[in-house]
Amino acid sequence: MAHPWFLENAWLIPAIPAVSFLVILAVGKRMGARGAWIGVGAVGVSWLLSVGNVVQWIQRVSDADDEGAGEGHVEALRAFGRSLARPFAESGGEHAKAYVEPVTRSFSWFTNGGVDLHVGIQVDGLAVMMMFVVATISLLVHYYSTEYMKGDRRFTHYFAVLSLFTASMLLLVVADNTLQMLVGWELVGVCSFILIGHWWEEKPNSDAAVKAFLTTRTGDIGLLCGVIMTYFVAAKGTGDGTFNILKVNEAAQTLGQDGTAKSLLFWCAAGLLLGIIGKSGQFPLHTWLPDAMAGPTPVSALIHAATMVVAGVYLGARLYPVFFQGFHIAGGGVNLMAAVGGITVIIGAALAFVQRDIKKVLAYSTISQLGYMVMGLGVGAWSAAIFHLFTHAFFKANLFLGAGSVSHSGAHHGFDMVSDMGGLKKYMPRTFLTFVIGAAALSGFPLLAGFFSKDEILATAGHNDYVFFMWLGFIGGGMTAAYMTRCIYLTFFGEYRGGHAHDDHGVASGAADHDHGVASGAADHDDHGPRESNNTILLPLYVLSFMSVVGGLIFAPLLFDVSGWSFFEKFPEWVEPGGPGTFFVDFAGGGLHPEFSWSDPLYATLLAALGFGLSYLFFWRHAFGQDATQRRPVLRKGKTFLENKYYLDHLYTDLVVGSVKGPIAAAAYWVNQHVIDAVLRGTGVIVKRVGQFTYDWIDQRGVDSVPDGLAVGTGSFGGLLTRTFQTGRVQWYALLAFLGTAGFALALLLVS
Amino acid sequence: MYLNQFLLLSVFLFCAGMYGVMTRKHTVLVLMSVELMLAAVNINLVAFGAHYNDPVGQVFALFVLTIAAAEVGVGLAIVLLIYRNLHSSNPDEVDVLRG
Repeated sequence: MAHPWFLENAWLIPAIPAVSFLVILAVGKRMGARGAWIGVGAVGVSWLLSVGNVVQWIQRVSDADDEGAGEGHVEALRAFGRSLARPFAESGGEHAKAYVEPVTRSFSWFTNGGVDLHVGIQVDGLAVMMMFVVATISLLVHYYSTEYMKGDRRFTHYFAVLSLFTASMLLLVVADNTLQMLVGWELVGVCSFILIGHWWEEKPNSDAAVKAFLTTRTGDIGLLCGVIMTYFVAAKGTGDGTFNILKVNEAAQTLGQDGTAKSLLFWCAAGLLLGIIGKSGQFPLHTWLPDAMAGPTPVSALIHAATMVVAGVYLGARLYPVFFQGFHIAGGGVNLMAAVGGITVIIGAALAFVQRDIKKVLAYSTISQLGYMVMGLGVGAWSAAIFHLFTHAFFKANLFLGAGSVSHSGAHHGFDMVSDMGGLKKYMPRTFLTFVIGAAALSGFPLLAGFFSKDEILATAGHNDYVFFMWLGFIGGGMTAAYMTRCIYLTFFGEYRGGHAHDDHGVASGAADHDHGVASGAADHDDHGPRESNNTILLPLYVLSFMSVVGGLIFAPLLFDVSGWSFFEKFPEWVEPGGPGTFFVDFAGGGLHPEFSWSDPLYATLLAALGFGLSYLFFWRHAFGQDATQRRPVLRKGKTFLENKYYLDHLYTDLVVGSVKGPIAAAAYWVNQHVIDAVLRGTGVIVKRVGQFTYDWIDQRGVDSVPDGLAVGTGSFGGLLTRTFQTGRVQWYALLAFLGTAGFALALLLVS
Repeated sequence: MYLNQFLLLSVFLFCAGMYGVMTRKHTVLVLMSVELMLAAVNINLVAFGAHYNDPVGQVFALFVLTIAAAEVGVGLAIVLLIYRNLHSSNPDEVDVLRG
């Protein structure tokens, strides 16, 4: 069978929203509110195409089952895939499954220095799954936004960027080489920057956007190095330098098995991991994610569920052999990736307890769940990790859109659970129902989506000798249940506390109120008490909570014999390159899918129930410790520690930025006044001033500050360099650049 | 060909521009000085193009002209925003990034 049309033309899926972005920019303003429907329509078409992809991919998988492997040019990787495919006989009674060739198409982009750079598509199970998730969530978010953003002052602009956001993520997903992935990755970053700062007139919003951009950019340094190194990995492994993902993976696998080029693989993986840490909000670069809540709520849903943060996890899954070999994941014990993920699971969950802002609870919850995914990749649970990505997208989008619905119709655009919400259950029963379903799925309530995906990660972790991480995950699961219970209690139970919001709308509860843009255009929003949202908002919630309920079943263990065709256990078959069985056979235990056992889900459920129970007793029954944080100094300190987010923000702003900026400003000013002028006046004066400078600094301040002890660090050589050069004055920089260039030119002249 | 004369003119223009960029106390004047430097580069390109009988020099000069036009647009927008936010167009007073 020839390549099916939908898979062949998967490039249309990112192209259509990209065109819609241009169209909305060009004519959207004139169309007013109807401009939004261009975006909705375009993403709708993309969604249909992605569904076509899903159908044809499943078809392809079953064809490959029947006929053996198809034709293809990447011989070694196919052999590799076949070697991984194990007989499905133990669990399903079917025959061995062949490696399913990805559909690839690419053409040369440009040639530079003998390196041929391509753009292309690589459609395989992972990409198809991801396209489906992104298109689905994005379509629902687009539709939801037509109501939520109604009357916003930059309504069309919002939809244009939303379309571009979707297009960039889809571009990243279908990319067949790491360079193209990088392009999509950066475009996603830019779009999230624009959307987080959508209401940039207020300083906190634009600050949050800048913070998100710069923090992810820190990780991107590593990513860039990693991507460059993928070229060399391919060159070393296959003798042919390329950025092609299939080739890189093949090379990494070859190199890993030969045991050569260990450090190259390790640093490549480490660089890529740094990119993942920045993008996917892993410790210690997670601090931008909660601040990103400054954007409109549908954008938060999109960022957290489908387009932004999961890009990192997707990268990890896509280039998995690099990580697998680079970090020796098959070895068990501890590795960098699992450690980062494991830490993130716990610290994210702990921070979610002290938030007053409903969106920030969800944001920290996302951090924690992303921790599960990265940890899952780190412990060798490839399919479980991306399955968690799949289910998480649905229930987290559900929760975010639910929070948006609460804020939009019930809390006067506030997000503060303590001062704007409470008792909303009787006003908004439908939102309440969907929110509870989402929260239950997130907490791992048995048989809902999160239950299967989280347990699969943890069971595999235990199976692969990562017992410590398995227990971290169990504990994180208990914490998840507890903080979601707290969140639901504060939002939907008790007395309604938002009655005052009408009077001081616009300044209500400080940072919580982000929706001024909406209020200015549609004053009628304010003239009501809490009430249920309309159907445009509720429909996406229904769809998403439905998916949160049934989404887990396609990876559910086959507990009873279903004759004929069923959804159970299909996920690994459709998504894994090697089909059901194993993805990597290097494990001592012989595979990534452990036998189902009752103990893991039992522990998880018990711990979740414990978390829920404690929360229930605390909030509903007031059974214990109501003001413990006031009475016990230890607990109070713990709470302060959490409320300050482990002081990481302080570390970054005060220590890192501050050491460049803070106590040294005066000295820099002194240098400005004296040194620059001196340069301009003449050499003789310079000599004198430098003498003065040495006297002032080394003699006077340096010696004087020794008794203080503190100033030793400040007066160190590095500090001196910094404060001499970081004056902030453009012309000073221009002078330095000129002197540097002149110096190089002179050196060149002398040498040659 | 009289290559040297053109190069000397170019050097003079470049130095004048460089001096202006580093000493002017008004951002617009700094931008103008940048234009001067670009003009010097253009003269260089065209002069060498003529000297080696290679049209690429002129092509590049045209490219530089177009890019420079765009650059001035962006530059003036930045100056305008700086003035609006900091109420000053003296580059010395714009030191928000001071170390």
